[in-house]
Amino acid sequence: MRASSSRGLSTAAKAPVGDSMLALSGAEFLLSMVEARWAARNGDTRKMDSQLKTQQELEKIAEQLAKLEALPGQNEDTRGQIQQLHERVHALESQLAVPSATWLKIELARHPQRPHTLEYIERIFTDWSEIHGDRGFGDDPAMVCGMARFRGEEVMVLGTEKGRDTKQRVFRNFGLPNPEGYRKALRVMKIAEKFSRPVISLVDVTGANPGVGAEERGQAEAIARNLRDMSRLQVPIVTAITGEGGSGGALAIAVADRVLMMENAMYSVISPEACAAIMWRDSSKKEFAAEALHITASDLDRFGCIDEIIREPEGGAHTDPAAAAELLAESLHKNLVQLKTIPIPQLLAARYDKFRRMAQFFQTEP
Amino acid sequence: MAWFKRQSGELDATGEKKVRTEGLWVKCENCRQIIWKKDLEDNLQVCPKCEKHFRIDARARLAQLLDDDQYETFDGNLVSTDPLQFTDLKSYSSRLAQAQAETGLTDAVINARGKLNGRPVIVSAMEYSFIGGSMGAVVGEVITRAIEEAGRTKTPLVIVSASGGARMMEGVISLMQLAKISAALARLDEARVPYISVLTDPTTGGVTASFAMLGDLNLAEPGALIGFAGPRVIEQTIRQKLPQGFQRSEFLLEHGMLDAVVSRKDLKPYIARALDFMAA
Repeated sequence: MRASSSRGLSTAAKAPVGDSMLALSGAEFLLSMVEARWAARNGDTRKMDSQLKTQQELEKIAEQLAKLEALPGQNEDTRGQIQQLHERVHALESQLAVPSATWLKIELARHPQRPHTLEYIERIFTDWSEIHGDRGFGDDPAMVCGMARFRGEEVMVLGTEKGRDTKQRVFRNFGLPNPEGYRKALRVMKIAEKFSRPVISLVDVTGANPGVGAEERGQAEAIARNLRDMSRLQVPIVTAITGEGGSGGALAIAVADRVLMMENAMYSVISPEACAAIMWRDSSKKEFAAEALHITASDLDRFGCIDEIIREPEGGAHTDPAAAAELLAESLHKNLVQLKTIPIPQLLAARYDKFRRMAQFFQTEP
Repeated sequence: MAWFKRQSGELDATGEKKVRTEGLWVKCENCRQIIWKKDLEDNLQVCPKCEKHFRIDARARLAQLLDDDQYETFDGNLVSTDPLQFTDLKSYSSRLAQAQAETGLTDAVINARGKLNGRPVIVSAMEYSFIGGSMGAVVGEVITRAIEEAGRTKTPLVIVSASGGARMMEGVISLMQLAKISAALARLDEARVPYISVLTDPTTGGVTASFAMLGDLNLAEPGALIGFAGPRVIEQTIRQKLPQGFQRSEFLLEHGMLDAVVSRKDLKPYIARALDFMAA
């Protein structure tokens, strides 16, 4: 899957295209912020344009339909055409009628003030000692790992960190992990396994990293290995999707006994912008794509892909980070306590069954 | 006065005498050589001049790998239920129906039991022409069943990948297939059943980031596009042309991501050799 339009770059798809995200330079990022502010103040003209276009196309189709249907002696071809036009009308109308609740959630999930992984770590854990490096290539600042104490208990904590200010964001590569990040994560999980300490992972990642280096060093292999080895890691694993859960980059640290998701977080196979650029050939259709992809916590819960939704303070986690951290800690604690009572062989069997039975949306043809 | 006179008023335009050349020749995209189609077929769809490996469908792949073109397919009756009711400019259900009509398959993979140089094997072959070989709930389930069947019967497993990655139209459902398949492969690994992954043109996205890279051996055909992020996405990101051969099999071999690049005609003997080593 890849984006075909270069428009994705210059306009709305500032973020992700393909399975992953377009990293922005600092200047572009600032520019995008200014743009966003401007759009918020003046109403999103881009959106209005696309609405207008849709409206115009609908009118044109209505004309065509009227002509076609008025034709005497319809043959197979014209009936086919009419059918097609009706389908198109249906698709266009659904685009016009799209509610924006989903998009609001996505904006909350990406809110610049939303608490990040390191902030949660600071608020929830004590005695944090960071562990660096994958013992192979380097250290990835986009993935933070370390030993910590959680309500008196030793745990291994890991997660993706986007960074707060521009300098931090560049240092953390906007939270886009490189292969060594996934490998570091797996390495610390194996340390936890060796010493029988539970693993807690916090996910807030736009996606995997679309870069030459990441491909050269085999990010696909790194993700795949994490998926396989997490499924058999002999300690309890709890994952919380706190912000963005972007495709393979998120899943690579989210094969867990319990997958929790914060109320305004998102979890998707592809970003709405990239999906719109590919399927609608227009990245400004991101809101429709977001709707079509079903990526909110309640969608994921309905599909049975997560275990629990964590409530957030009114207005989103950024309005009261302390309260958000408390709610997250509460849920992590509750699940960890439950998991610790389960003997490891049963825990592993249950983890396997959970993913084995997940997302079974097919039927058997006779 | 006319110099020439037409002999008969009617021209014979019935087309009976036309020499038909359409469809008999193909042009190699790589070396631009015109090849007689029969030559190409005899050479397993590999250009005789430049060794360019043309894409082949899942059935042709099974015929090449399994003895005497004899195999039994299984789990070929699963159909997607379109969990998201996904519609972009066209509905997913109509895309599915079209792909099913064109390929005669219910989804983008075929599971088969057969023999490879006399040794029983299970082969899962992906079909790229079915919505880009993309992986949704059905592909995920069919491949998982192949893995489980291999584990249950202690039969070596070969998965031939040809896919653009996860199927966008099934959203996060597609993503979860990566975890499911990888977990099943962990069990196969523990049961010490051989698993050979064959990566063919193209293998990208979620397929590379799960089973394609988890083989005991990861083999690839020459010149296949293999990667996670697509080359165009990377080009847009770094804003420069990618070097020639980036994300091709040979590039991955050089960077240590593949065990071998094997040409199509050597693929079957190579796998047979590996299974001699791995299976008792």
